[in-house]
Order: sequence, then structure tokens, then C-alpha cells
Amino acid sequence: MRNIFAVMRKEFRGYFDSPVAYIYITFFTVLSTWLFMRSFFLVSQATMRGYFGILPWLLLFFIPAVTMRLWAEEKKLGTIELLMTLPLKDVEVVLGKFFASFLFLAVTLVLSLALPIMVSMLGEPDLGSIAGGYLGAILLGGAYLAIGLFVSSLTENQIIAFIIGVTITFLLFVIGEEFVVYNAPDAIVPMLKFLGMGAHFDSIGRGVVDSRDVIYYLSLIGFFLFLNVRSVESRKWK
Amino acid sequence: MIEVRDLTKHFGTTHAVKGISFDVARGEVLGFLGPNGAGKSTTMRMITGYIPPTAGSARIAGIDLAENSLEVRRRIGYLPESAPLYGDMEVVDFLRFIGTVRGIPQSELGPRMKRMIERCGLEKVVGRAIHHLSKGYRQRVGIAQAMIHDPDLLILDEPTSGLDPNQIVEIRELIKELGREKTVILSTHILPEVSATCGRVIIINEGTIVGSGTPQELSAGSDGKAVVHASIRAGSEKVIAEKLLLEDFIEEARWEGTTQEGLHRFSITATDADRAGEMLFAVIVKHGWTLGEMRTESVSLEDVFRKLTRGEAA
Ligand SMILES: Nc1ncnc2c1ncn2[C@@H]1O[C@H](COP(=O)(O)OP(=O)(O)O)[C@@H](O)[C@H]1O
Ligand SMILES: [Mg+2]
Repeated sequence: MRNIFAVMRKEFRGYFDSPVAYIYITFFTVLSTWLFMRSFFLVSQATMRGYFGILPWLLLFFIPAVTMRLWAEEKKLGTIELLMTLPLKDVEVVLGKFFASFLFLAVTLVLSLALPIMVSMLGEPDLGSIAGGYLGAILLGGAYLAIGLFVSSLTENQIIAFIIGVTITFLLFVIGEEFVVYNAPDAIVPMLKFLGMGAHFDSIGRGVVDSRDVIYYLSLIGFFLFLNVRSVESRKWK
Repeated sequence: MIEVRDLTKHFGTTHAVKGISFDVARGEVLGFLGPNGAGKSTTMRMITGYIPPTAGSARIAGIDLAENSLEVRRRIGYLPESAPLYGDMEVVDFLRFIGTVRGIPQSELGPRMKRMIERCGLEKVVGRAIHHLSKGYRQRVGIAQAMIHDPDLLILDEPTSGLDPNQIVEIRELIKELGREKTVILSTHILPEVSATCGRVIIINEGTIVGSGTPQELSAGSDGKAVVHASIRAGSEKVIAEKLLLEDFIEEARWEGTTQEGLHRFSITATDADRAGEMLFAVIVKHGWTLGEMRTESVSLEDVFRKLTRGEAA
């Protein structure tokens, strides 16, 4: 625990040691608020459906940018040699990095809480679906983070980590969409629909939290963190 | 303290380390000497658990790396080549991170950090981000993080490279001081470095050990001296040594053990490298001893280095 926390603390502070974190957060907040406002005044309803509709697409670019440096930079600068010769278990390092990026996402989402507060002052929104939307965003974001973190461990080039991260995340998000499964053999359609991240996000966003959706995201996170541990330990003595 | 056997590392078709074996005793300061690309860093990276070998084994303090690399990593303090440290962190934060991960209890962490800061002369830079430090200070931060948990074994990859002469002297003093209580392995491609700091040297070239010994032994050959290894059968080893030392051309006759066949093995330092073997043979005949085997050490430090520099130019 102490080790995971130490790594997390180092990584989280690492975000704020350079101006990059502030730029990310500002960019994300401004962009998401602007997109929200546009749809909000267009439909003029006290709802955040529009916001949660665009969130997956914003996170698709925001999150790989948050995770791309976590391993790639260590490799590039050689600090990974220092890190991996410390008496840390691989899983502790992976979890520490994951939780740091998770905390970063959480901070960003908390800053966006201004929007639902504003909406509820202007009208009577369905608070259940807003809470569901945020839970979905946390889970979806967590899955994106796990994917991005894993991809970062495969390269020392942050740009490559970003591009591959966006690509894999995108594929996993749309794999269950109607237009993708349209031409797929009937036998695998239910599987594709289950694997796609999009449908699960929509279903949580309706405000009815189905444990299957939660378990789906947690498994996805676990799976990519596991791959990450494997990709890290392959370079070491057992 | 360290037992390394047939350690081998291939990177694709590059055979970086080709079956290296050596032991290091507790309290020894051992130098790896060799040109760039010899395989020094690769060997250290295997011993510190950073990369797995293609073949071979290593035991540190009796623990097999392949079985428990975590425990081995606990006991080692390691400064990787060119001190890759977290540049964005301040020196104190960095030391605190390493100390915490090294399992130092929270209550001891402060005093321990303070001691490292004093010992490595970091007082002036504690609050600065590491990437703003000079190379010399960075190297010292690197050594401080390697020692913070008071390990028995320190592994320092080129601790003085890139430093100016004053800094080199300081770091060497620090290492010599450390060597009084700890086992240290350091690497260098600079010849005088080893005589300044190391009790024993292993010369590595192209992934193999091409020579080893104390700096004195190794430099014996370089000024016209030679080391002759001879196995001699005669009364007792004491008598042989006494008689050998009566000869003018023999400076030292070190008994290295007796084989099962009763041959006493000697390592004999002689002047006049070119004729040492011949003259020693004459002495053995004169006393009516039996000679089992005789070999003149051809790898003097200079010889090795001439070969090394050729290899580097090629
Ligand atoms: N990760 C790696 N991939 C491929 N080749 C490597 C790698 N690390 C080292 N080498 C090669 O192995 C050889 C030994 O390198 P190294 O151990 O760094 O030498 P030294 O530390 O003695 O200068 C060199 O030829 C180097 O190019
Ligand atoms: Mg090296």
C-alpha cells in the first residue's frame, strides 16, 4: 500500500511540476463547457444528456494525452532503470501510476461540476441521470486510462503512445455500435455489442446502474492493467 | 557477497556479455574497466535485476536473483549510468520518494535524508529541481539515493564520467570512504580511476573478462614487468618462496595454493618481462625442482588497453 501510494504521489505531483497539467485541465474544461453550452441553449432543456453525449469523444483525446508520458517518458529519459531496480513489485508501480492518472481525471471531472450546478439552478434536471452520467464517465475514463497506460509501456515515444492509445480506445468504443456490427456475422454480434464501451456508457448514463455494466468496466480496467504488468515484467528477472 | 556465473546477454545479434563469471567478497571495492560498449553497464543491469540475462546466474548475499529479485533489489544501492533521475522533482522530494519506497520508516526518514544530504554535500541544492543541477551535483544526488537505505552493496555505473577534475576528486574520495564499510562495484573506462579507488579490477572487453587483479598486479606488466604463473613440485611452499625471492629478477612470489597432485601454484612478479619465463625455468632446474606448468601473464594493463583502444577505433 505504502509503495503504491508513494508511486502515485510521485506521478500525481509530476503532472503539476510542469505547466502541461494546467494546460490540459484548462483546455478540457473550456472545450467541454463550450460544447455543452452550445447544445444546452439549442435544446433549452434542463438536461445534461448533450454533455454526456460528447464526453466519451472528448475523453478519447484527453485521456491518452494524460497517460502517454507515464511510461514512455521513463523509458526515454532512462529513469525506468532507477524505478525498476527499486524494491517495488511491478503491480505496485502499475497501480501507482494508474491511480495517479485516475486522480488527475477525477480532479478534472470535479471542476466540471459547475455545469450540473448551473443546470439545476436554471431548471429541474434529473439528478439520477446526472449522477449516472458521472459514474459512467469515471468508469469509462478509468478504462481509457488503463488502455492508455498500457500503450505507454510499449514505446518510448509519447506521440506514438498517444496515437495508438486513441486508436485502440476508439476501436473498443465503437465496436458495439450499430453501424459496426451491421455487417458482422450474426453469431458474434452479441459479443461485439457486449465488448463495445459505448453501449455500457449509455446504459449507465440513463441513471439505472446495472452491475453488469460496472463489472464490465472494472474487468476492462483489470485486463489492461494486467497486460501492463506483463509488459513491464518481461524486461526483468522473475 | 556476489557470485556471478556465466552471465550472458544477447540483444538480437549483439552479444553484449559473453559468459562472465566472478566473485566479490564483502567489503571489496571492485572496478569494471573497459572501453565503451564493452558490456560493463549490461553486466551491472543484470546484477541489479533490471534486465534478465540470456543465460547464467547471479547470487547476491546468497540470494539467487532468478528466485527473488525483489529481495536482492532491497539490498543493493544502484546508480545507473549518467544518473537518470526525475528532473522535475526537487532534491528533497526525490530523496523522500526513494527513501519511502526503500521502506525507511517515516520517523527515520527525515534524519536519514539529512545525513545523506550532509554526506554528499547537497545542502546548497536541496530545494532545487534536479534538472537545474550541474552534472556533479546530479551525480551526488544519484549516490545519495543509492545509499539512503544503507545497503551493503553499492553498484555505481561510471560515477565520475562527465565531471570536472575537482568533482572527480570529490566523488573518488566519497567512494573510497564508502569502500571502508561497504562492498562497492563501479565501472569506468578511465585507467587511473581504478588505481585511485579500487582494490581489485576486472577488465572487460567485448563482453568477456580479459584480465583481473589488483591495480598493482595489473600495472606490473606495464613497466617491463611480468607476472608468471608456475606450478612447482618441491619440498614446502615456504622453501620455494624463499629461494625464489633470492633471485634478483623476482620481486614477489605469491603462493596461490597446492593442487591435488602436490604442485605448489605460484604467482611470481618478475622484472624483465621478455626473459622472465626463461630465467625462472633456469632457477627451477638449478634447484632440481619439477615444473608442472608455467605461463607468463600476457595481459598486462597496457597490453589489454592497447587492444581495447584498437577495438574502440575499429
Ligand atoms: N538495450 C540494448 N539493445 C541493443 N544493444 C544493446 C543494448 N544495451 C547495450 N547494447 C549493446 O551491448 C554492448 C555493450 O553495451 P554496454 O553494456 O552499455 O557497454 P559499456 O557499459 O561497457 O559501455 C554495446 O555494443 C551496446 O551497443
Ligand atoms: Mg556503460
